[in-house]
Amino acid sequence: MTSAALNTNPAPAILPGSGGMRGALSDLFWRRPQLLLLLMLAPPVLWLGIVYIGSLFALLAQSFFSIDEFSGLIDRQFTLKTYGDLFQAANLDIILRTVTMAALVTIASAIVAFPIAYYAARYARGRWKALFYLGVMLPLWSSYLVKIYAWKLILAKEGILTWLLAKLHLLWLLDAWLSLPVVGGNSLSVSFTGTFIVFVYVWLPFMILPVQAALERVPGNLVEASSDLGASPGQTFRNVLFPLAMPGIVAGSIFTFSLTLGDYIIPQIIGTSRLFIGQAVYSQQGTAGNIPLAAAFTVVPIIIMGFYLWGAKRMGAFDAL
Amino acid sequence: MTTAVSFKQVSRHFGSVRAVDAVDLDIAPGEFFAMLGPSGSGKTTCLRLIAGFEQPTAGSISIFGERAEGVPPYRRNVNTVFQDYALFPHLNVLDNVAYGLMVKRVGKAERHKAAEEALSLVRLPGYGARRPGQLSGGQRQRVALARALVNQPKVLLLDEPLGALDLKLRENMQEELKSLQKALGITFVFVTHDQGEALSMADRVAVFNDGKIMQIGTPEDIYQRPSTRFVADFVGSSNVLPPDFVQRYSGQRRWGSLRPESIRVGRAASGEGVAARVVSTNYLGATTRLALDADGLKLHAIVPAGTALPAEGEAVVLTFNRESLHLMDEPA
Repeated sequence: MTSAALNTNPAPAILPGSGGMRGALSDLFWRRPQLLLLLMLAPPVLWLGIVYIGSLFALLAQSFFSIDEFSGLIDRQFTLKTYGDLFQAANLDIILRTVTMAALVTIASAIVAFPIAYYAARYARGRWKALFYLGVMLPLWSSYLVKIYAWKLILAKEGILTWLLAKLHLLWLLDAWLSLPVVGGNSLSVSFTGTFIVFVYVWLPFMILPVQAALERVPGNLVEASSDLGASPGQTFRNVLFPLAMPGIVAGSIFTFSLTLGDYIIPQIIGTSRLFIGQAVYSQQGTAGNIPLAAAFTVVPIIIMGFYLWGAKRMGAFDAL
Repeated sequence: MTTAVSFKQVSRHFGSVRAVDAVDLDIAPGEFFAMLGPSGSGKTTCLRLIAGFEQPTAGSISIFGERAEGVPPYRRNVNTVFQDYALFPHLNVLDNVAYGLMVKRVGKAERHKAAEEALSLVRLPGYGARRPGQLSGGQRQRVALARALVNQPKVLLLDEPLGALDLKLRENMQEELKSLQKALGITFVFVTHDQGEALSMADRVAVFNDGKIMQIGTPEDIYQRPSTRFVADFVGSSNVLPPDFVQRYSGQRRWGSLRPESIRVGRAASGEGVAARVVSTNYLGATTRLALDADGLKLHAIVPAGTALPAEGEAVVLTFNRESLHLMDEPA
């Protein structure tokens, strides 16, 4: 009988420790798991707490100083004057422009990302799924600057887009768009439309991935159940898919919204000469040497994001989490 | 008379897999119909064909006389209770139940009233404000049932709805489902792999294997008069007897089946019968199941509690009434 054979196993019921430092350490960590957790968390917490958050606060502290307009020296006295400067028409204009752009980029990213994420979550399997990840991530592997300059060539007046539209006899459409106020310009590469297109392109992966992850967690039979209960595909989208994808869309929009709020390279290379927040920070702390105003500008996206998350939570965006 | 659901030579093939293969089926209005079979036998695919989640590769399906091929699920007055309930996690219980009415644009007050009534019907009144995540498995099951019934479907489809419940709860729900079906008069189509469940609840049972229906009949037909070896074995694990053995007792060279409870086990000295040896005994509470070896033929017998049991390895004699030996249609 097998049971009899098993009973002759000479090993003791409790195995001896493996001995030495490593054995003792393993046993110690097994008995006190908090100790291991502490050891693992200490370096990142120190980094995040001191180097990262600490320097952020140092920066924010600067925003409560002011610059002496005659000497150009920083007056290290607590004041709200710098924040007052933010409300000058020119600065308010920058903030409004940036927030509008960030909002439009976020909405457009969500609209473009949803079908891609939906396909990847519901239909792509095996090789197609790998191809999806590759397709979404590949743009992130190449240099950000190279991509933006490539877009400059695509969008330029002599660029491929103009050429393509001319071949399709649709140049009038582009010209009509470019003749519009605000969004238009001499060519796409020097218009807000161009800035918008490149922003959407560059941040799109950051929207696709969280939306895909959220949709992946929606069981397929919920879609079937909705359809079974009489909901048309449109109703199923509005009542089931969209609410359940909402946490993913909010997560993605945090990326697209905050990245657009802070970026200063894209509007510098593609678009008009009008400034965005990132460019304002760059020029204030660089050429102008007005660190307090640069710091105050930095606070703006943080406050906007705070309101954004608060609003999203109030609207129930995280209810399905 | 129109049939509730009618399959004519319906097939559903996935590539080379014949999930459902040339199935003919007629379900009468108001019937409690069970589809029984092992996993992968095509019973769930048949249910999904009725619901509209799958389209037949060949053949025709009609629901109350109307052709259903190419009709999407949301245009079928048929509702499903899903195996894992598929309740919407972002809606509370009341909105889950009212969902079908909501998408049909029934006013809020009216649909909430109907949903409350449906919740009372499944004995969950006042649970409307809770989230599905706060309910136990049995309660979720009832919510799923209420959500389907509130639409007053022509046919209610149930996909192993009791599979995830524990034994006691399952027995309660079986009785409740049965009485609910009687009270409402809705046609129920019930998929299960549990033969006990199918036999106790259904008016008629279809036994599936390999995408085909092996036998359709009343529970008694299926249990007492299985037409094939598969049915005999799957429904209540009957003893399947080879033609040689059957010939000795009935004179016909056919496959036979003999229910374990039809076998009487006697002492070896007690005279005529099939000589056998006890291989093992399994105590099951109300009964004891004996595994027997009759000259190489493996048999099972079930004896009621309180009978004197032979020991393992003991020689015994098996007897049975000639009429309890059922001859199967399947050729030898």
